[in-house]
Amino acid sequence: MVKLEVNGQSREVDADPATPLLYILRDHLALNGAKYGCGLGQCGSCTVLVDGAAVFSCIVPISALGGRRITTVEGLGTIENPGPMQRAFIDEQAAQCGYCIPGMMMRAQELLEHNASPTREQIKRHLNPNLCRCGTHMRIVRAVSRAAELMRATGEAPASGKEKP
Amino acid sequence: MRLMRVVAGLVLLLVVAVIVLAVLSWRRTIDPIEPPPRTSFDAALIARGAQLEALGDCNSCHTVPGGRIYAGGLPFDTPFGTIYSTNITPDPGTGIGRWSEEAFVRSMREGVDREGHHLYPAFPYDHFRLVSDEDIRAIYAFLMTREPVRASPPDNDLIFPLGFRPLLVGWKWLYLDKGTFVADAARSDQLNRGAYLAEGLGHCGACHTPRNLLGAERSDRHFAGGMAEGWYAPPLTASSPSPVPWTEERLVAYLSNQVTPAQGIAAGPMLPVAHNLAVVSRDDVAAIAAYVAWVIGKPTPERLRRAGELVARVQQEEQAALAGSVTNGQATAAEPGDPALQAGAAIYAGACANCHGAGRGLSSGAAMHLAFSSTASLPVPDNFVHVVVDGITPRAGERGRWMPAFRGAFTDQQLASLAAYVRARFTVQEPWQNLEREVQKIRRSPGGE
Repeated sequence: MVKLEVNGQSREVDADPATPLLYILRDHLALNGAKYGCGLGQCGSCTVLVDGAAVFSCIVPISALGGRRITTVEGLGTIENPGPMQRAFIDEQAAQCGYCIPGMMMRAQELLEHNASPTREQIKRHLNPNLCRCGTHMRIVRAVSRAAELMRATGEAPASGKEKP
Repeated sequence: MRLMRVVAGLVLLLVVAVIVLAVLSWRRTIDPIEPPPRTSFDAALIARGAQLEALGDCNSCHTVPGGRIYAGGLPFDTPFGTIYSTNITPDPGTGIGRWSEEAFVRSMREGVDREGHHLYPAFPYDHFRLVSDEDIRAIYAFLMTREPVRASPPDNDLIFPLGFRPLLVGWKWLYLDKGTFVADAARSDQLNRGAYLAEGLGHCGACHTPRNLLGAERSDRHFAGGMAEGWYAPPLTASSPSPVPWTEERLVAYLSNQVTPAQGIAAGPMLPVAHNLAVVSRDDVAAIAAYVAWVIGKPTPERLRRAGELVARVQQEEQAALAGSVTNGQATAAEPGDPALQAGAAIYAGACANCHGAGRGLSSGAAMHLAFSSTASLPVPDNFVHVVVDGITPRAGERGRWMPAFRGAFTDQQLASLAAYVRARFTVQEPWQNLEREVQKIRRSPGGE
């Protein structure tokens, strides 16, 4: 049994410690935001935050994650109460098929937690490891700028780290 | 009174020394010229200059990542402080736009700028002095026809009194030889060409040769390995730690930024080198490879035998994995029994084996079997840590292999466990010492993360 802290909650999981986090999130915890795109750390659709740092959850085994703070897109807000990142992505209609989006949001969340006013160039460079096949890059970049504005305006602390029920 | 006399004597000595130094270090200012129009340079000469610039990697030191090319400003952390590369675009105010060819030749051969200031040997003029007149002329033509960029690098931040440039005349007296490259009649044309390129423009020794306390390459330890930009440049001699010995063909492939079976790909500071050499003529890359292979020397029969066995074992493992009978490469070496390596083994199984494990072969989704990795066999863990933390990425917009960055995924302790495991499992080398402390130091150094 491995104990993990996900979106502020402690979860116990019965799995091989070598299992990458992605499969635990999806198959054990029903947190389906993070997606399987390649399983090789090449596409970024599995991106989540560990202690505030963006990682490819498909290549990080849970054996490395005991006692560390995991945040998924579900931890950024809920449908009734979306967080600034989610509001921004909705407002900019930044999703086409939506597959890359949770990963993009988590990578962007990492950026905004370190840089509250990134330039377009900085956003593009930071999101480099995340691929989008539909071509909604422009909207994604606009959404990240908008999220930064929302966070600055509300003075809101970045990721609450808490999954609201 | 006696003390006063001694002090006065010392002050006088100091004044005399400064005057002597000022006299010895004086170099005349070469008059500025009107920036020459592009049309004044022959197109063929510029094209040759482009090849030579790629061989000399001017773009990688004189460009900040994401910045304008050749505009300088890249910081170099040396034991003497931080030095920034200069703007070598033909901008008249902040670049070399007003430099005559004579001024450019003097900078390459003697390390003196147009106004007579001495340049720090972070600019490897101790290598560039070997370059022929025609080649320097071609590089001049190339640089003077680039896009001018108005940019001044930040001031150097050197330990006192090293900011006083006339001191460099002492360094040059000790360490800067004169004269261009002289071919060795006993060597083949190809070897001479390779030596000319590697020792001159290529300045391989600038990283691959260890340096003394004054920062000069140790000529008695040519290509014996050194540290540069936080990475270890391995020895290119009989001490090469590569599990499968380098051959000329493999060197050509590696230097051309290709995936080299049983050797891997260029990473770290070699990535821009391989990137540049990928566009250089095949003959020139072959010549450099021939020269480097010659310096490394023929591997001993014992080394060849061990390498053959290693290749056979990995092949066996690959076949067994494809047949479904073995998972994650168990056959290459005895799984280390040491329980202290269990944590590393678990991380490897979940994070690395997916790409690096047996049965994938070298394909678009697979990576080299770590038994072939020289990085894992180096005397220091720095390169291993950099590769795991930063990954290996082609330059923006370019094709290339991609190893993901594990930056946030592992704590220092976890990274140390993983390093210890890979070292024990895939190499025949002694364990790396003090790994957790080393990992911490490497990650926190400039350019470490």
